[in-house]
Amino acid sequence: MQSLPSEVHPVEEHDQKQDTNVGDAERFVSVLAGTAVALAGLGRGRGAGIAAAAAGAALVHRGVTGHCHVYDAAGIDTSDKGRIEQAVAMLPANRALHVERVFTVARSPEDLYNFWRKLENLPQFMQHLERVEVLDERRSHWVAKGPAGTDIEWDAEILEDAPNQRITWRSLEGADVANDGTVRFEPAVAGRGTEVRVSLSYSPPAGKLGATVARLFGENPEQQVRDDLRRFKSLMEAGEIPTTEGQPSGRN
Amino acid sequence: MRALVWHGTHDVRVDNVPDPKLLNPRDAIVRVTSTAICGSDLHLYDNYIPTLQKGDILGHEFMGEVVETGPEVKNLRVGDRVAIPFTISCGSCFFCTSDLWSLCDNGNPNAEMAETMWGFSTAGMFGYSHLTGGYAGGQAEYVRVPYADVGPIKIPDGLPDDEVLFLTDIFPTGFMAAENCNIQPGDTIAVWGCGPVGQFAIRSAFMLGAHRVIALDRFPERLRMAREGGAEALDYTDVGNTLDVVDMLRDMTGGRGPDACIDAVGMEAHGIGLEGWYDKVKHVTQMQTERPIALRQAIQACRKGGVVSIPGVYGGLADKIPLGAMMNKGLTLRMGQTHMHRYLQPLLGHVEEGKIDPSFVITHRLPLDEAPEGYRIFRDKQDECIKVVLKP
Repeated sequence: MQSLPSEVHPVEEHDQKQDTNVGDAERFVSVLAGTAVALAGLGRGRGAGIAAAAAGAALVHRGVTGHCHVYDAAGIDTSDKGRIEQAVAMLPANRALHVERVFTVARSPEDLYNFWRKLENLPQFMQHLERVEVLDERRSHWVAKGPAGTDIEWDAEILEDAPNQRITWRSLEGADVANDGTVRFEPAVAGRGTEVRVSLSYSPPAGKLGATVARLFGENPEQQVRDDLRRFKSLMEAGEIPTTEGQPSGRN
Repeated sequence: MRALVWHGTHDVRVDNVPDPKLLNPRDAIVRVTSTAICGSDLHLYDNYIPTLQKGDILGHEFMGEVVETGPEVKNLRVGDRVAIPFTISCGSCFFCTSDLWSLCDNGNPNAEMAETMWGFSTAGMFGYSHLTGGYAGGQAEYVRVPYADVGPIKIPDGLPDDEVLFLTDIFPTGFMAAENCNIQPGDTIAVWGCGPVGQFAIRSAFMLGAHRVIALDRFPERLRMAREGGAEALDYTDVGNTLDVVDMLRDMTGGRGPDACIDAVGMEAHGIGLEGWYDKVKHVTQMQTERPIALRQAIQACRKGGVVSIPGVYGGLADKIPLGAMMNKGLTLRMGQTHMHRYLQPLLGHVEEGKIDPSFVITHRLPLDEAPEGYRIFRDKQDECIKVVLKP
């Protein structure tokens, strides 16, 4: 039997560049539901059966690519990015945005604490940070890359410092974005490294500035924390962060 | 440099692209002396793997000479001859230190994408879509090799490229498939697919003590090569549909069924009649991403309490997998991308000792500039093509 002719193939090239506007949970359900709908459709008579099969195919497509044409037309966006934008737009002043994430890192709590406690190290894995300057035992000055080449700066202080266990910090009075965070280092069972749990809160002001802040901390703060923690894990385990930025391709 | 670039479905070209450079302290740059087209590259060629992008450089089976090393690469020197495993693994995470290298936590810069598809990410891979990192591949004059201090294996000068090139993927992949069968004295192993991985699975099964190997394919030249490796080879189009294949294998094994079954076909299997059409229609309409016909047959044919080993590549979702047969017959399913680093040294040893000469599988040698032609004849199984080696 011949393989498929070239004009039919499962993933059209242009699909791969479409924006994601369907949330993760919904995407997974789409794939499963699409398969079921399509199966039911194939079992039925002609008209309705083919329509159902086509609907099933569209659901699977939406699940795999994360792009829904119907949502597009209706201006709906259930992806994280969409949710966060809506959340930020609806935030009353000083209501905090909270994100938390845990990763297991194959190093001792001591090693990880020591690296993190040198706050100057944070920009090595926190992508939006330009630099952190340590002012004294407790206070530090943070500089982040803002939108359109502007920097956003604030001072922070360490509230709690439990060596090899926990660091808690918060921004000081006068910060554009009041923020605070805690990182905990807990030994994982049976020598499997350390469970690193980060929780961060941002209190973006309402209105225009709030939108700027949302861009500063990423369109999707939860994903940013996830990405930053993953970079921390790689840096600690492998000594470097995997990348392809700057490699050759037929596009450059 | 010159490199094989994917432009779209069935459209690959050799283009001029920038040379690679060191990006991380553990990187090395290798000048490629030999590279091959893998059966799994055909899934990319056919555009069955999502997240491939126009402009991506393909190729994950390659070897060559070290021309530059990053400051953290202490084990290699400029001029060393090396073969490169296709997986990109850090060597220090939980999975690498547990000898499960293809599951490395730190090899995939696009781990987030893989987590959406699979829950968790695999290691990175050269030239194999953005789901596994989007790394530029080795069907090129030069390639950047991340984690070069734990990946590449040095090749002694006496061994020609042709004998060691397949340490980069298909020999270890076929070997792990056979090892996963937990072969006991007297065992019969059935192998679906006599492409390069199937051929190495056949020979590895005998190396690991199999009594008999039964191999299935539909191309005479592949069945002939399987017989040369000691297998009893069946053309499944002569046998019939899944039920007929199961019957035939039962008959050939005294009514017991093969002790272990290897699916060396993967996601683009070709079925016969209604069954083949079912998978084809569902695949074309995007209702499943795989055509799991070989796997279905392997599960049905396997003896009670046996092992089904899957080196064939699957990426997404498949339909009509006989879960009842798996459960009620108490089967063990073993699979995964190859834990390459586990096999490099021992298998190089087998080659050096002359236990196997992996070059038997090569049918075509072409200059890199003719790679698009190589893809075409390999995909269309023209000119008795089984394995294409490219010389940059």
